[in-house]
Amino acid sequence: MSRLGSQVRTEVGLVVRNGEQLLLTLVIPVMLLVFFSLVDVLPTGGVDAVEFLAPGILALAVMSTAMVSLGIATGFERSYHVLKRLGTTPLGRPRLVAAKTLAVAAVELVQFAVLIGVAALLGWSPSASGWLPALGGVVLGTLAFSGIGLTLAGRLRGEINLAAQNTLYLVLLLGGGLVISVEEFPSALRETARVLPSGALADILRDSLGQSVEHVTTSWIVLGAWAVVGPLLAAALFRWD
Amino acid sequence: MAAIEVTGLSVRYGEREAVRGVSFSAAAGEVTAVLGPNGAGKTSTIEVCEGYRRAAAGQVRVLGLDPSTQQRLLSERMGVMLQEGGVYPGARVLDTVRHYCALYGKGVDPVALTAQVGLTERSTSTWRRLSGGERQRLSLALALAARPEVAFLDEPTAGVDVHGRDTIRSIVRGLADAGCAVVLATHELDEAERLADRVVIFDSGEIIADGTLAELRAGHDEIRFRSDPSLDVLALAADLGMVASRVGPDEFVIDAPSTPRVMALLAGWLAERDLPLTDLRAGAQRLEDVFRRLLSEVER
Repeated sequence: MSRLGSQVRTEVGLVVRNGEQLLLTLVIPVMLLVFFSLVDVLPTGGVDAVEFLAPGILALAVMSTAMVSLGIATGFERSYHVLKRLGTTPLGRPRLVAAKTLAVAAVELVQFAVLIGVAALLGWSPSASGWLPALGGVVLGTLAFSGIGLTLAGRLRGEINLAAQNTLYLVLLLGGGLVISVEEFPSALRETARVLPSGALADILRDSLGQSVEHVTTSWIVLGAWAVVGPLLAAALFRWD
Repeated sequence: MAAIEVTGLSVRYGEREAVRGVSFSAAAGEVTAVLGPNGAGKTSTIEVCEGYRRAAAGQVRVLGLDPSTQQRLLSERMGVMLQEGGVYPGARVLDTVRHYCALYGKGVDPVALTAQVGLTERSTSTWRRLSGGERQRLSLALALAARPEVAFLDEPTAGVDVHGRDTIRSIVRGLADAGCAVVLATHELDEAERLADRVVIFDSGEIIADGTLAELRAGHDEIRFRSDPSLDVLALAADLGMVASRVGPDEFVIDAPSTPRVMALLAGWLAERDLPLTDLRAGAQRLEDVFRRLLSEVER
């Protein structure tokens, strides 16, 4: 097996065998989607619950894999000197980064297959022509969240990084309007939500997949900016050991 | 040609100079032990040799390559064992060995390598479930996956039981006998004494001794023995006309060559006073004594 292939297999295998990461990347998004689609308690701005929730949950899935799961795993790899050890092998940093990217993409593929399937069973009918721009949003979102996750992982100790990633996950989940419409937020919070990468990705996915979102151009600009700034920050601040 | 050539190497951490202009070499087919107290500069020096850290000054060549600019080429021919960690905690033993064999691509059989370090029965255990000694053996296996021409091993037997130590020592000796240049960083002087062909001793960022064990011991023969704690060491020294000292409650050392005449003098002196003579050891100083002597000379 090639070096890259072996590294990808190792990365994916570790995610699959890690119960906490599976809970974060798959179980929680599925539970949120099913529960709030069937129990009509969320203010969704007059849109059918599953129509509103499904794109937001897809954005949540991207965030949980590209930021939290990747960030926590990489933080512990730093603490346990795994990155230092790999740095002495012929793998090389470019292949390590490529392997992590491919592993994230593989997990996202599984997440999307499961979540789209569950959402369809719950009655979600996305616009077929919207998948291409949605894919563009997912790519930008993955870049943005990976950058944020790796910036924290590259600077903080393992346990502190774990706490920081989980806290940020909650802030971006609630503050970005992934499961609650930002129209229900107080005006100051609403403006803040629009500059968060989670809110921007959710807006792009909603707009692409069938709902009209008023400020979607702004969302593309916001997410595009995060997709540039996040990886640049990570590249500048990341410490391998 | 030496496999590792370090000339005038300095390493800085901000204002602090951790390594100050050190020079040494390590040959292929030999085990070079790098010794020294904590913070002496051993790890920094080795990390520069591995290409992991940049030198502030000086020149380093490993297998003829510059580790700072040719680390990729060097990594193909180099095995590294870190002092601790370096393995995914959730990864299984055989999966990890298989992964590193794939990374090095030297055709090493992961099953055979796992067996070589005595971990076949732990093949499906994860790193976090291994004992300290098993972790060290797995870490050594990952260095061996490179079929290395040069190997940097940091504390390879730390926390390992007696049986595990024998396994690791045998593998390390075998590596050197096969032509690999082995650099062994250790605090365990007994370990270095058993394995090393050459010893480099660091203190406060400088090298205070560099040579074969025989060279470091030369001119420092001693007679070491145990007797009654009441033994008057000053009287012993005066009567024998030699330097004698107490190194433990009932342990004494005479700095003298172990000739039959000196041995007879000592035995006679003790017999006259009806004092016991046990654990008699005569000859070259142990590495531990060489190490202590050199450090105390530096402190003076």
